[in-house]
Formats: sequence, C-alpha cells, structure tokens
Amino acid sequence: MAAFDTEKTVVADIDRTVYDIKDKVDAAYEVSSGLTEEIVRDISREKNDPDWMRDFRLKSLEIYEKLPIPDWGPSIEGLDMKNIVTYVRPKTGMSATWAQVPEDIKNTFERLGIPQAERSGLAGVGAQYDSEVVYHNVRKEVEDQGVVYTDLESALKGPYEGMIRDHFMHLVPPTDHKFAALHGAVWSGGSFVYVPAGVSVEIPLQSYFRLNAPGAGQFEHTLIIVDKNAYLHFIEGCSAPKYNVANLHAGCVEIFVGEGSRVRYSTIENWSKNMYNLNTKRATVGKGGTIEWVSGSFGSHTSYLYPMSILAGEKSRMEFTGITFAGAGQELDTGAKVLHAAPGTSSHVTTKSIARDGGVSNFRSSVVISEKAAGSKSSVSCESLMLDSRSRSDTIPAMDIRTDKADVGHEAKIGRISEDAVFYLMSRGLSEEDAKALIVGGFAEPIAKELPLEYAVEMNNLIHLEMKGSIG
Amino acid sequence: MSTPLLKIEGLHVSVDEKEILHGVDLEIGAGQVHVLMGPNGTGKSTLVSAVMGDPRFTVTEGRIYFKGEDVTEAKTDERARMGMFLSFQAPQEIPGITLENFIRTACGAVSGKQPKLFAFRRELREQMARLGLDESYAERYLNVGFSGGEKKKSEILQLLMMKPALALLDETDSGLDVDAVRTVTEGIKAWHNAENSLLIITHNAKILEGLDVDHVHVLSKGLIVRQGGAELVREITEGGFASVKEED
Ligand SMILES: Nc1ncnc2c1ncn2[C@@H]1O[C@H](COP(=O)(O)OP(=O)(O)OP(=O)(O)O)[C@@H](O)[C@H]1O
Ligand SMILES: [Mg+2]
Repeated sequence: MAAFDTEKTVVADIDRTVYDIKDKVDAAYEVSSGLTEEIVRDISREKNDPDWMRDFRLKSLEIYEKLPIPDWGPSIEGLDMKNIVTYVRPKTGMSATWAQVPEDIKNTFERLGIPQAERSGLAGVGAQYDSEVVYHNVRKEVEDQGVVYTDLESALKGPYEGMIRDHFMHLVPPTDHKFAALHGAVWSGGSFVYVPAGVSVEIPLQSYFRLNAPGAGQFEHTLIIVDKNAYLHFIEGCSAPKYNVANLHAGCVEIFVGEGSRVRYSTIENWSKNMYNLNTKRATVGKGGTIEWVSGSFGSHTSYLYPMSILAGEKSRMEFTGITFAGAGQELDTGAKVLHAAPGTSSHVTTKSIARDGGVSNFRSSVVISEKAAGSKSSVSCESLMLDSRSRSDTIPAMDIRTDKADVGHEAKIGRISEDAVFYLMSRGLSEEDAKALIVGGFAEPIAKELPLEYAVEMNNLIHLEMKGSIG
Repeated sequence: MSTPLLKIEGLHVSVDEKEILHGVDLEIGAGQVHVLMGPNGTGKSTLVSAVMGDPRFTVTEGRIYFKGEDVTEAKTDERARMGMFLSFQAPQEIPGITLENFIRTACGAVSGKQPKLFAFRRELREQMARLGLDESYAERYLNVGFSGGEKKKSEILQLLMMKPALALLDETDSGLDVDAVRTVTEGIKAWHNAENSLLIITHNAKILEGLDVDHVHVLSKGLIVRQGGAELVREITEGGFASVKEED
C-alpha cells in the first residue's frame, strides 16, 4: 500500500464565493494612479481637511519618499505604487440608516452579514466601502453614555478635532516605516471612538472594511481613545473580491487605553489573495489597564502585521491571541510586539500558525523590557502546524531585556498532523480530507473560542470547508 | 458455505522495510467470535491495523477480502463505510470535537446520512449509561484527558453507535477494571448477533466470559502457530504460550 501521502492538500481553498462577488466599479471620484504631491493635495481638498491635516499629509509624503522599502520581511516586489489608486470615493455620502446606502453596496454588506450582525448584538456598526465610510450607526443608549463612534472625517469637523489632533498618528508616527508614512499622506475613512471615563460599553462596536475597486488601496485610520476605568470591545472585519492586479491595504489602528481600562480588539482579516496587507496597529496602556488583541489572518497575498502594545503604566497588561492560516501563494508574516515600559507589567502572547499547499506562515515577535520595567512578566508561545512538506512556518522571536528583575518565557512548537490521528479518524469513516480538517480545526480551537461567535463560526467555515457542515 | 465476512490470505506485512507478518491466513464467518492471542510483539496489532488499512503498514503479499470484496488496496475510510471497525489498543486524543459530535459525524459518515439529532442523542445517552460513562463525557473533546479505561469505553461506545458488521477489538480489556470488563462484555453482547462478527485480541480470558467463542488463533513471530476452539484460551491462560506451542 502507498505510504502516507504527505504532499496531498488538506484543507481546500477557502470558498470565497461570498467575498468574491465584485460590484461594478462606479466611483464618483478617483485620483489618477501613483503618488504625487498633487494627488495628496487633491485628496485633502476633496476631504475638506483642516489645514493642519493637509500639512500633516504633505509632511508624511516627504517622509514616505525618503524611507526605504522594508527589506527584512516577505517580498513586496509585486506591489508597484504607481499602480495603486490611493483614493476611491464611492458614489455616496455617509448614511446612518442602511436604507440610505445605495442598493449594490448595501447588498454587498448584506451578503457579508453585517446588517444582520448589527441587529443581533452590536452596539454600533461602521462600514467602509473602498476609501470612504458609507454607514455608521451607534445605539442610542450607548450614545447616551457619552460614547462617540463615528467616521474620522466627520469627527475632524466637530468638537473632537482637538482630541484627534492630539492623538492622530502620535502612537504610529509617519516616520515609523514607509507604509506608515504613506498612510499619513493618503489615509481615508476609518473610525473614531471615544469612551468616557467609567463607561463600560457592554456590547461590541464593529467596523467592516470592504475594498471593491481593483488596483485600489485602502488606508483607513482607526483611532480609539478610552478614558479611565472604562471598557470597550471593538471588532474589525475586512474583505475584498479577488482581482488580478495587486491591491494594497495600509491601514492604521491607534488605541489609547486609559488607567484601569480594558480594551479588546478583535479582527478577522480575509482579504483576497491579491492583497498586500501592510497594516500597523498599536496600543498604549495606562496604569492598571489591559489591551487584549484577538487576531485571525486568513487572506491577503502578503501580510506584515504585528500589533504592538506599549505598556506605559504600572501593572498594565497585554494579551495577544492570534491565528494565521497561509495557503498556496500566500506569505503571511504576523506576530506581536510589546514594550514593557513600567514596573509590574505583563504580556502574554499565544499564537497558532498553519501553512499548507506551499504557503508561508511566519511568526515574528518582539519583546522589549526596559530598565524601568522591574518585576515584569512576559510569555510568548507559538505553535505551528505544517500540512505538507512544501509549506513553511518559521518562528522569529526577538527579545531585549534590560532589567534582571523580569520573568520571560518563550516557547515554540512546530508540528505536523499526526498520521496516527488521521488513521484513527479514517477508521471511523471520515475521508482523509475531513480527518485532517478536523484535526486542523482542533488545533485552531483555542483561538476560535476567543473570537466573537459569528467570527469563530466564519473561521471554522474557512477551515472546515471540506466538511460542508458534517461537523456539528 | 457462504462467503466469509473476512478472509485473509497469505498476508505478509512490513513496517519500515521490516517484515512483521510472514503469511497469515484467517477466515471469519458471519456471526462468529474469533480470538487472537499471542506473546507481546508478535504482530497482533499489526494484523488488525493492516486489515483496517493503516497506511504505515505495507502489505507486500497476500489479499484481504471483506464481504467478498478485495479490500487490500481500499482506503481505511472505505473499509469503515463497508462495516469494518477497529477498537484501538491505544485510542487517539482529538481536541476540538466533542465525543458526541464526533460519533454523530462518524455515524453519518458510515451510514451516508446524518442521524437525527434527538433520536441520536437519546440512544447515545442510553449507551453511555450502559457503559457507565457519565453523560458529561459527551461534551468533552474526543478522548482528551480520558483515563485508559475511559478511552476503551469510548471505543465500545463508538462500536455500539456505529453498528459495524465486523469489530476488531485490540486489547479492549486491558486497562479496564474487573467490573468494567463485565460492563464492556455486556455491551459487546448487545451488539453481537448472527450477522455481526468479532475478532478479539486479548491476554485475558475475562472479556470472553459470556461470549460464545468459535475459534481461537495463536500468533507467534508473525505466523499463526495454532488454531482451535474455546478450550485453547484456558490452556494458554493456565499454561502460557509455551504449552500450546509444544503441542503444535
Ligand atoms: N510503526 C512501527 N514501526 C516499527 N516497528 C513496529 C511498528 N509497529 C509495530 N512494530 C513492531 O512490530 C512488531 C509487532 O508489533 P505489534 O504491535 O503488532 O505486536 P502485538 O502482538 O500487538 O503486541 P502486544 O501484545 O504487546 O500488543 C513489534 O516488534 C513492534 O515493535
Ligand atoms: Mg498489540
């Protein structure tokens, strides 16, 4: 009998039919492709930016031109900035009811389950289509608590302009890296969230980002400011149909967690396989505060994604739970960074990565414990599963510990699917594919249970596609 | 005579180029109870694994027929769907799926249609009670953290729910306490009938109490060295394998 065929693919390509439906591109305004000062000025004018924001954009553009393309990660040669249309504004303004959202755009979000999710348990929903937010709504009772959840552009024109100016790209400055600079120059859309002191937002807020136009870039900015002793769960979902040209996503998320507050940020990223996802996420946490990241990366052609936490206040904490699944043609470089900058802080990173069919799924982590962070603790654990011998999964940890009063642990495991387990399941009538998908699902389960239910279900569907509902 | 349920002809099996079985013949008729005994490391588990189609074992010579069909090349899941079942000497732990969901999936896979939820659940609870497995185990991940004895009960629970035509029981009794062995035998008897056949690998006569044993095979160093009726079990348990081999 043939030896166990380790080359066989296990989990079929994700069924993308829902995500892949392309809407006819019918944009109201589009800048010409490539990036020039003219374009940045156009975007700024089109958006009616305050002067300081226009200047910020132009400054960022200068920085962008000076910074080199990163050379330490996956190749981004396939990305030619000259071909990325930075700004595509859909032919609609922002609405506060789905009824006002144009039919085709609304249908897209209906298919993705966004309005249903809003009805069934979200405090607020934002939906961005290409470069602009087309929908934003927040429950009245949440608004009555003083919670602000709106698109960043509107917020810039209201009473929060000063607050935005004091925070916008202060955590992720345009000098951070080339794509942060690009973001600073052409950012568009995204959300602004403010939670006042002492307010606990019991149900999550959710933003969904959809990139429809081919060859376009999406550069949304999410700015979350949570005052003292407050709580927020923010969910972010992303998808795009697949085109044959490269798309670019260079979003930016900045989260300010106040003293004694807790923020949970959950993401399921399911960009199509032509997307370059060069996203930057960062949080700073005040005394006794907590940031929790839950992150699922499934889509994109190439990803650079390492949410960073700055533990600035004494006894602040971070938890990161992530899963990355790379299939054919994908190179997903994901991980987490943490800077312990105060005494008694702690970080806890748990990730799983899966690679199949020649995919590359790397886990990169960086833990820095500064001189000021005596009595801090950090544990990083990464498990990876390779489904065949052509796939790759590497762990690249970096540590910089500057105090001897710290407790630091790192654990990495690389595994393959156990043939014994596959045989056991097949002896119960399961096909080889189903058996393997079940094992992969079991591997991912500790992460899935951290995700909001509908996202856990979506993730399971992505993994268990072959099983077509046979598993309850 | 009608076609035997299982027929093994001149089976040679290797693992990692090393031959473990050197030509085994065995026939099991419908409704029969067969016992396979033999010293440790002689190839009993190898034989049932090869019959179930474990890809790590290579059949280099000989054929395996099940229900009259040559299944030597068939995949393990095909054999399972045809009604073959192996109770493992060391069952696997599979996180991520509960015992109940797994058995329901397995029943659906072998029967071709997903069992109705409520009827299935009722039957599962009944069988669990029969085996002395607490209901809460239905919600636990498949065999994860189960004790040795609980894993064996989980195997027999799967047997009772999946209702195969042929059960290969590889040392199901080892790791079970005296009462549990009796419970498991009761369970097996409830499933066994004039159509369903059994091949039991054991080092212990206890599990056979109350079962009508038709044939006993003694495997030694990869060959069947002795065959006989139920009386052989007593000979071996009293006098050891040396006693039966001498007579050969
Ligand atoms: N995967 C394997 N790789 C290498 N050798 C193996 C493997 N499986 C079995 N063997 C060898 O084959 C021989 C037969 O093993 P097997 O497990 O079939 O014995 P057994 O009769 O079931 O013994 P026991 O009564 O101890 O369960 C042993 O020498 C064993 O070491
Ligand atoms: Mg054995």
